[in-house]
Amino acid sequence: MEVKAQDTKTTKTGVLKRIAGPVVTAVGIEAHMYDVVKVGKEELMGEVIKIQGENIIIQVYEDTSGIRPGEPVINTGLSLAVELGPGLLTSIYDGIQRPLSVLVDKMGDFIQRGVSAPGLDHSKKWEFRPLVKEGQEVGPGTVIGEVQETNIVHRILVPPNVKGGTVKSIRSGSFTVDEVICTLDDGTSLTMMQKWPVRVPRPVLEKMNPTVPLITGQRILDGLFPIAKGGTAAIPGPFGSGKTVTQQQLAKWSDAEIVVYIGCGERGNEMTEVLTEFPELEDPKTGKPLMERTVLIANTSNMPVAAREASVYTGITIAEYFRDMGYDVSLMADSTSRWAEAMREISSRLEEMPGEEGYPAYLAARLSEFYERAGRVRTLGGKMGSVSVIGAVSPPGGDFSEPVTQNTLRIVKVFWALDAKLSQRRHFPAINWLNSYSLYLDSLQEWYDREVSPEWNSLRSWAMEILQKEAELQEIVQLVGSDALPEAEQITIEVARMIREIFLQQNAYDAVDTFCDMKKQYDMMKAIRQYSDLAYAAQNAGVTPQQILSVRSKNELPQIKFIKDYVPALAKIQADMESEFNALRSAA
Amino acid sequence: MKEYRTITQIAGPLVFVEKTEPVGYGELVNIVLYDGSIKRGQVLDTSDELVVVQVFETTAGIGRDSGIRFTGETIKMPVGRDMLGRILSGGGKPIDGGPEIVPEKRLDITGAAINPYARGSPNDFIQTGISTIDGTNTLVRGQKLPIFSGAGLPHNQIALQIARQAKVPGSKEAFAVVFAAMGITKEEANYFMQDFERTGALERAVVFLNLADDPAVERIITPRLALTTAEYLAFDLGMHVLVILTDMTNYCEALRQIGAAREEVPGRRGYPGYMYTDLAGIYERAGIVKGKKGSITQFPILTMPGDDITHPIPDLTGYITEGQIVVSRELHRKGIYPPINVLPSLSRLMNLGIGKGHTREDHKKVSDQLYAAYAEGNDLRGLVAIVGKDALSERDRMFLEFADLFENRFVRQGYTEDRTIEETLDLGWNLLSTLPVEQLVRIDRDLINKYHPKFRQTAKAEG
Repeated sequence: MEVKAQDTKTTKTGVLKRIAGPVVTAVGIEAHMYDVVKVGKEELMGEVIKIQGENIIIQVYEDTSGIRPGEPVINTGLSLAVELGPGLLTSIYDGIQRPLSVLVDKMGDFIQRGVSAPGLDHSKKWEFRPLVKEGQEVGPGTVIGEVQETNIVHRILVPPNVKGGTVKSIRSGSFTVDEVICTLDDGTSLTMMQKWPVRVPRPVLEKMNPTVPLITGQRILDGLFPIAKGGTAAIPGPFGSGKTVTQQQLAKWSDAEIVVYIGCGERGNEMTEVLTEFPELEDPKTGKPLMERTVLIANTSNMPVAAREASVYTGITIAEYFRDMGYDVSLMADSTSRWAEAMREISSRLEEMPGEEGYPAYLAARLSEFYERAGRVRTLGGKMGSVSVIGAVSPPGGDFSEPVTQNTLRIVKVFWALDAKLSQRRHFPAINWLNSYSLYLDSLQEWYDREVSPEWNSLRSWAMEILQKEAELQEIVQLVGSDALPEAEQITIEVARMIREIFLQQNAYDAVDTFCDMKKQYDMMKAIRQYSDLAYAAQNAGVTPQQILSVRSKNELPQIKFIKDYVPALAKIQADMESEFNALRSAA
Repeated sequence: MKEYRTITQIAGPLVFVEKTEPVGYGELVNIVLYDGSIKRGQVLDTSDELVVVQVFETTAGIGRDSGIRFTGETIKMPVGRDMLGRILSGGGKPIDGGPEIVPEKRLDITGAAINPYARGSPNDFIQTGISTIDGTNTLVRGQKLPIFSGAGLPHNQIALQIARQAKVPGSKEAFAVVFAAMGITKEEANYFMQDFERTGALERAVVFLNLADDPAVERIITPRLALTTAEYLAFDLGMHVLVILTDMTNYCEALRQIGAAREEVPGRRGYPGYMYTDLAGIYERAGIVKGKKGSITQFPILTMPGDDITHPIPDLTGYITEGQIVVSRELHRKGIYPPINVLPSLSRLMNLGIGKGHTREDHKKVSDQLYAAYAEGNDLRGLVAIVGKDALSERDRMFLEFADLFENRFVRQGYTEDRTIEETLDLGWNLLSTLPVEQLVRIDRDLINKYHPKFRQTAKAEG
């Protein structure tokens, strides 16, 4: 450290040579890749992204209008890092972890530049409770104490880059994140805050296979195409097909303990919606406001593009930090296409050789590095934790063959294909059941057997079969009309319609239907199966399809979705179906 | 102010100048021609060796003998209260023969992003009087809702009808209108102007005109000037402002032109890779700021080249705006006005502005049911073409008829017909009542009992 400080004067300050939008060139400065620098008289924040002989190329996180050649550039010598500690939850940050509420206080309703704001509140005191004693051995990842942050307990960890040793002193009480709470025998002093460079994954002991589903309360996801805790999923879809609503539903209802939501290059009004809605919504498990388990990152489309590029890394680093405490974290990135476009924009300003559709050649590598930071892991402290990553993709023109979608699909294990045709028909969530898939079905099978019902897996396969059959039959119906189909297949069409309209369609805006637990999903599917079995039996007994299709009691089934205590109503419908069919069969 | 005569190259709208003092990025530049006239431009790239200037007007007359003056500041727009009722050029100069604008403030035209934390939630229902918008694609104050149209379709009439009829029920305040024309013909411009004058809307409007024969590059700043004015009216003077931008396709063409002149690596179909960010810088300037009285609601109009909704211009727009109103050539050919196709249309903020306390409790469900029924009927049309009506089941025939009814009664309305939201919803119920009640699976029983014409009448009779 001493040596470095000596030559600061000669190497730490340089001058600007060229400014072209968010990319600037500086000379006379010694820098390493991804060092954070302060650009110009206003000290705008930037990051070194290329070194070319004398020339240091910097991407600037703020608007560069009015900046001139000759203005100073200062290298901080640090890489872009986030502050991790109590105070993260309920926060809303921009792409480089500046709290937006602090920015409003400092510069008003519009985002101005040249204002820095630390990620955590350094003056707030937190009640720290030690969990280790003096003389105890601690290592990287060991929990040394905890803070009741919201309804979530924030565990204070030994940072991964600290060697560890014996605790020399530790104190309990009320402290700020800067105050030393613990010292080790080798002289290391620990505070409640640690810093971590965003572009480096936080280390773990080992990665495990995912075996538990992330329950989202969305029937088509949990029921047909589940994602595992620690898994990766992509939601590609054209505009207006419901990507954002699906992402927000996942942020609201997924049974993760912590949710990190990244609004990356998306609409400002949508972030406002999240901001006004989340504090009012209750976690179905704890009954506490959803906001208490949430960290929001909002770098809207008109905020600086370089900060948009960074926002995804900021988000995943925060997610990993909570994972290291032993929590199940889910991270939603809306949208990864905007992130890729930010890369493209910066790459083109660097005049790099473009790859497909002008995206940089390293697009695939960046995407896979990002998704690979998901996973179910044994942490350095020996706890189990997970980060599930769900990325929205916005393919231009809804064309899934474009580079971002294709490179994403090569990595992720779950694919929820949104379909504009379905959304035009107001079939929501507009997830196409024929194109979507989940590669976790096998590893989750055991869980469903145990926690839902041993019947569930076969019920799921049955539903998928019917839907597949319907797609084939629809082609015929398109040609000859449904009346021309054989009797049994008219019933298949009707059952498929019921699966679609009753099970798959779900109303995100209905207070009850917005979240549907696994038991209710199972009960609903079973009722449809019951109708199907009764219908085929009746058809074999000679009842006409017209009579089977006009069974009245089944028309009550859709209403089940909107009833909270649905069990008695469902039982009545099932009994009614039973007796209606009995009557039909005996009449035939 | 120092004048340089060191132009080395002129290519398209770009002028390259060397050996200057340090010049700021984005700075406004004046270029002095041999006859003393002045053209304006902006710095796109600056270094100690070379400065690249983008000229807003044609480069005709600029030569190596032209003088370059750097103003030392980024482009600012003088704004003032007396702008209302004025007509300005696409570059912001008065062209109505009136006096210069008396500036109360000079604002940077790029505009800063509203901090998402400071944004207010848009939830005031705007009644446009058009059923396909109010009923099924509801607009709210602070929203940006573009009209996706095609060449030769009546998007201008629709925009004018909205501008004329838009109101927040229960609120007496009229909207101020900021109208920015980019590359439209004089004839089209006249159409707007005459309507503004006829209805008296001009008094509360600010008009920016960049016509088809005006320099294409000027189009880059026209929407920014308009939005800077709108922000002043909304957030400084507390007005509710409706911004109409037409035609965004021309704006994007200008963007492509400059990209090509700068020899940038092009993205899809030759449009610059940063077009998304650039468009976002325009569209995201709609909204509400917490604690401030005014609001900005945007109606960008764009013509889809070849009616192709996947073309980069409508595509990127759709990813930024909060929905879209799609004008259909097919309905237009059937003689239906306004030819709005509700199926691909969408308002993302609809749910914030409808329901109890905003419009009526049944709004959401009625709208969903209308959509679903119309979509189903519309699908069946393809089938009828192959197998004929007789091969359809009775249920299918009802939906088929519903689709025709929907187009003729719900979609179709007069150019001056101003329907209230109650009228629109009741009309929806009347159409739905042609279907059997058990087919209305998207509406809960309580609402059916309360609003369905059949039950409403029995309830009345009993009462």
